[in-house]
Amino acid sequence: MTAHADAHHELEIPYNVMPRPDTGVYNAKLGVWLFLASEVMLFGALFSSLILLRTGAPSWPVGKDTLHVLPATVNTFVLILSSVTVVLAWANLRLGNLKKGRIFIGITLLCGLIFMLIKAYEYNLSFEHHHFPSTNNFFAIYFTMTGLHGLHVLGGMIVFTYFLTVGSKMWHKEPQRFTNRIEVVGLYWHFVDLVWIFLFPTLYLL
Amino acid sequence: MSEHAAVPDEVPEAHHEAPHDAHNDPEHIKREVRVYLLVFCSLAVLTGATVAARFWFDLPMGYAIAVALTIACIKGFLVAGFFMHLLSEKKLIYSVLALTVIFFAFLVWLPIHDILDKMGK
Repeated sequence: MTAHADAHHELEIPYNVMPRPDTGVYNAKLGVWLFLASEVMLFGALFSSLILLRTGAPSWPVGKDTLHVLPATVNTFVLILSSVTVVLAWANLRLGNLKKGRIFIGITLLCGLIFMLIKAYEYNLSFEHHHFPSTNNFFAIYFTMTGLHGLHVLGGMIVFTYFLTVGSKMWHKEPQRFTNRIEVVGLYWHFVDLVWIFLFPTLYLL
Repeated sequence: MSEHAAVPDEVPEAHHEAPHDAHNDPEHIKREVRVYLLVFCSLAVLTGATVAARFWFDLPMGYAIAVALTIACIKGFLVAGFFMHLLSEKKLIYSVLALTVIFFAFLVWLPIHDILDKMGK
């Protein structure tokens, strides 16, 4: 073995593909679950604030009478669809089909874009009705929670764009590692969907 | 010809040597896909049910909250259990999440404790 090959071997990051014997999962998967745990606490703090604000206020607007339920309902369907397309992308990569995998990653990205456009439309409707974060506590928490969630959608879209373009080159040398990367970003994306599943009824319907 | 040009989009041989071979069996994956599609349909129906329950039945707020959050919990279980594969995950992941649930429960308990305290006075 040459000195160059030795150096390359030493630099190789272990357990990108194979599960680590002591954890039972590959490193990125454990990493993303730890990250998601911190995300639960971030959104958990905001849900806790919502409960505190709502129960502490003498009166609280009813979401379905104050916000725009139709675009939010459509957005719920869009996010659910994007969740299934990302697992279909992962399944196709496991079957060895990069072409189909990329198509489903593309559809997921498109769903994210549609979600953001509908969200922008919904915000615009709120602004037209002179509803701003400074209007009252209801709109303050509504814009904070949906805004932070929207930033998470945007973050996921950036990662999917990377994997759809330059990031997919990894497939040719390390297909399993690329497949694992899609699984990991998929876990993040499902978490974003999961947060919306609770945001939608608590803010828009109740 | 570039280094990559000769490599087709179809799976390289090395892919079959990946871990979790039983999970990478094509028949197993196809069964999983059918489950994913079923979960997707369930999530869509439950979303419709959440909206319908709120608009068609004029439930008192307490009941409306209970119904909406129960449906949200079922949807959350479907996403976490099937899409995020938490039904068949490793023990370490469960440990991480158990710790998260404890802290999350504490966060939610804080305002509820405050409400109960006010009600008691």
